[in-house]
Amino acid sequence: MFRLSLQSKLTQFTVLLLVFAALCQIIGPSEDGSGNYLWRLPPLLKEIPFLINDLVRGLMFEWMPIDVYDPTIEEYEQKPLFREITRAVSSAFLFIIGAVRELILGGSKTIVAFTSWDFLRDNPWADWPALPWTVVAGWAMVLGYRLQGWWMAILAGLASLYISIFGQWAPSMKTLSFILIAAPVSVFIGLVFGILAYKNKVIEALLNPLLNVAQTMPHYSYLVPIIVLFGVGDHAAALVTILFATPSMVRLVLLGLKNVPTDVVDAGKMSGCSEFQMLFKVLIPTAKRDVLIGVNQVVMQCLSMTVIAAFIGAQGLGSNLLIALNSLRIGTGLEIGICIVLIAVVFDKMSLAWAHKQTDYFADLSFVERHKPLLICGVILVTGVLLAMAGSLLFEEGFNYFYIVPHNKGITTAPFWQAGVDWVWDTFFYMLKTFNEWLITSVLVPMRDSYLAMPVIATFVLVMGIAYILAGVRSALIVCGFLLFIALSEYWDRALITMYMATFAVIVSGVIGVTLGSLCAQNEYASKAVLLLCDFLQTFPSFIYLIPVIMLFGITDTSVLIASLAYAIVPATRFTVEGLRSVPPVLHDAGAMCGVSRLQRLVSIDFPVAFPHIMLGVNQTVNFALMMVIIGAFIGTIDLGQLILKAISEPQGTGIGITLGICVAFIALAADQIIRTWANNRKKMLGLD
Amino acid sequence: MSDGGLQSQGSPVIRCESVYKIFGKNAGSLLNGSNGFINQAEAAAASCIVGVNNASFEVQAGELLIIMGLSGSGKSTLLRCITRLSDATAGKILIEGEDILTMNPKELLEVRRSKMGMVFQNFGLLPHKTVLENIAFPLQVKGGTTKESVERARDMTQLVGLQGRENYFPRELSGGQQQRVGIARSLAVEPDIWFLDEPFSALDPLIRREMQDEFLRLQAALKKTILFVTHDFDEALRLADRIAIMKEGVIEQLDTPANIVLNPATEYVRKFTEEVPREKVLKIESVMDALDASEDLSDLTVSRDAIIETVAEAILNQSKPVGVTDDSGTLVGSLHASHVVKVLFGQHTGEQ
Repeated sequence: MFRLSLQSKLTQFTVLLLVFAALCQIIGPSEDGSGNYLWRLPPLLKEIPFLINDLVRGLMFEWMPIDVYDPTIEEYEQKPLFREITRAVSSAFLFIIGAVRELILGGSKTIVAFTSWDFLRDNPWADWPALPWTVVAGWAMVLGYRLQGWWMAILAGLASLYISIFGQWAPSMKTLSFILIAAPVSVFIGLVFGILAYKNKVIEALLNPLLNVAQTMPHYSYLVPIIVLFGVGDHAAALVTILFATPSMVRLVLLGLKNVPTDVVDAGKMSGCSEFQMLFKVLIPTAKRDVLIGVNQVVMQCLSMTVIAAFIGAQGLGSNLLIALNSLRIGTGLEIGICIVLIAVVFDKMSLAWAHKQTDYFADLSFVERHKPLLICGVILVTGVLLAMAGSLLFEEGFNYFYIVPHNKGITTAPFWQAGVDWVWDTFFYMLKTFNEWLITSVLVPMRDSYLAMPVIATFVLVMGIAYILAGVRSALIVCGFLLFIALSEYWDRALITMYMATFAVIVSGVIGVTLGSLCAQNEYASKAVLLLCDFLQTFPSFIYLIPVIMLFGITDTSVLIASLAYAIVPATRFTVEGLRSVPPVLHDAGAMCGVSRLQRLVSIDFPVAFPHIMLGVNQTVNFALMMVIIGAFIGTIDLGQLILKAISEPQGTGIGITLGICVAFIALAADQIIRTWANNRKKMLGLD
Repeated sequence: MSDGGLQSQGSPVIRCESVYKIFGKNAGSLLNGSNGFINQAEAAAASCIVGVNNASFEVQAGELLIIMGLSGSGKSTLLRCITRLSDATAGKILIEGEDILTMNPKELLEVRRSKMGMVFQNFGLLPHKTVLENIAFPLQVKGGTTKESVERARDMTQLVGLQGRENYFPRELSGGQQQRVGIARSLAVEPDIWFLDEPFSALDPLIRREMQDEFLRLQAALKKTILFVTHDFDEALRLADRIAIMKEGVIEQLDTPANIVLNPATEYVRKFTEEVPREKVLKIESVMDALDASEDLSDLTVSRDAIIETVAEAILNQSKPVGVTDDSGTLVGSLHASHVVKVLFGQHTGEQ
């Protein structure tokens, strides 16, 4: 039975490939450059960006004018409602971010906002000084200790120390302040929508495709509409971060609520819970773990946006990194990158520790015992302040290292790294250059040309055929819908270039990742080690991957591809290890009693059973590769990403940015549709999950 | 005697009149098109699944009614309809005279908070709450102060023998212990009606036995009105005042354990009873003969409510017939050893 169906699948694929090849041969670009719709579809949807633009403009400048009192001209003025709302949101965000920032770094704007400049002049004590870095570091350690113990405290302490002595304190705290705003807001919105979707099937059905697109849209395409609606600055950066981070929270809240056992729901009902009690006393606490993993995701997404948000005016580490990379100061970039990674790792570990922490309701503690951490924090504050005061006497040249290590006075290893880069370039210049040239001329360019030489009809036949054979008619039609949107927009050729880069990255990282994963899965310790490494690498914000490759390969397509590779290998490896390790031991026993060798076991037992899970890894690999290819536009590619990046600085950019973002999302969703449907069917067939 | 002798007392606590639960879009038309029982083939043709098919019965105060059936027989569906965890498609369900199907959410909440307690197959414990908090939960939901609820919950932990484990989380307990928490929680508000949905099915056989004994002990002390769902016929025979046997949504027979074993109403019920050791189910009264004044009885007497197994050896050791007494000690019948042997080892007794 199996053999037969395999054969028929093989035949199906052979026929498909033959048809595809034939179509490629027969159809060519028409001479006069018009009319041949089998070669390229007409850009029927090219109006879409303009429609979106008009819509946004209408919303911003014309829709629902209301009378607003203008204090400067002391008159009522007609202003569109929507713009007033966005303005209000902007200034609210700006204010809160400023307040948090001043709390950590010192400042007086917030106090002035509640009083006046005169008040400040009369009461000089109200001019809030920055918290000494020792205090923040100490607090981080106390928090770490509370959440997980000494290891976490040491990690938090070391991270703060690193950030401070490398002179990145101020920008790090700026980044932190905006994460401290964006993350809670995302979590709140995520909770609200997650609960709504759980309560109401219609909302869930509406939200689902939106979430799909939102989770596959490249980071860049969120930037443009935000600029138009909210302007440029820290508030816009916070908003774009929220927009980007919320979808995964919604997903996880919904998942968590759905996974609450029916018995628990029934028990709640039979105990006579009202709707409110049901939600807050039964459902959400029971789903606590998923919800908190959602919080963790939000924090990670926020950090991964720090660099990209700098494009629209986020201050802090991100913008410093961008400047460093733009001026090719790789050493500085590397240091800043490490700061971001450190913050990410600390946040990741802390929020996960929080997720797994269980409250002890019954510990009978005295007041001092119960409030010990707070008291210690107080002690740290006093000590830190005293230390800072002592420091002001100790360091005479004007920089108080116990207060804040200024940007240019920290230790820097930048020259060392710079020298390293120079050394690499000097020593391996010819090797790298040859490799680079070889890759570009004999692999990438031919691959790109062949992608571009595909008639549109052939592409459709190929992709839909694969979808049909692997996942059925429904998937084929869905995939067709996705592709049709791209083909009818103006961006088909650009999309092909994106696809070629993504395909290259997926194939190479898939091969490397699956091989690596299979090798590591053979040994328990190796598996654990590689999974830990994957965890660690996944906390890196995607942009960070660009730093070392620019170091080695300069500003070329190769750099982008290698960054994508490095980024996308992680899920492929992880899922392979997980899949292979989760093959039921009884199958191994059964195999052993049939007398299989190690290799036979791997080939005929482990792989077939683990394959669906591995394919889910490949699915993520596709996503990761695409994301990275688009981010790579920063160092210069000529695909969709470049256009999106360009759209940021264009007045008509909103529509173009969104349309392009949707195109990228659709590529990802098409791949997702095929792979996921296939993997699920396969899992069902194997009786897994 | 045939209905457990409980029908005569006052108005029933639970009364179901032609209750239907039909899954599927065409439920309405299917229901209108039929009177009485819905034909399974018709239901399948209308792409509906009939969960409960025309169920009518009553449960009296203090009675323990067990709904028995294999998986998919609709027993849990029936229970969920009566508690209104799911809405019945048609019919009337009266709880102490009030129709639960027409109650508004507020009334329903009130009934659940004060009159009902329920135990679930997979325990349904709140994972984030300790034993004590789980038990106190219905009281707190109801609006009780923390102090009161915790005190009451403490008493309940004693009742189910979990003292010393008040601060444990459910995941730290064994299955049997978790279900004890479930039982304590369901009894915390002192409900009149106690629903148990396969409470012991998820437990190991030895623990199950222990929990059944515990349950009988509790019921002897509390005298609740109980609706108990199980797929275990032995369990049903052991615990029940009356048993309702369900198949494909239909109640095939509703009777006392003894009558079900002795007079199975349908072929399906008979199959269940075939393997049942009669001496473990039947009471003396079902094998006694009418009193014959001329007969010379042994000095030994047995109660008519005694289970045969418990007194069989003593009876068989007597050379003369044994007298049977009722609760007040008056002789009501006699017992012949030959008759007992026939019941125990013969295929069919044919008489009572």
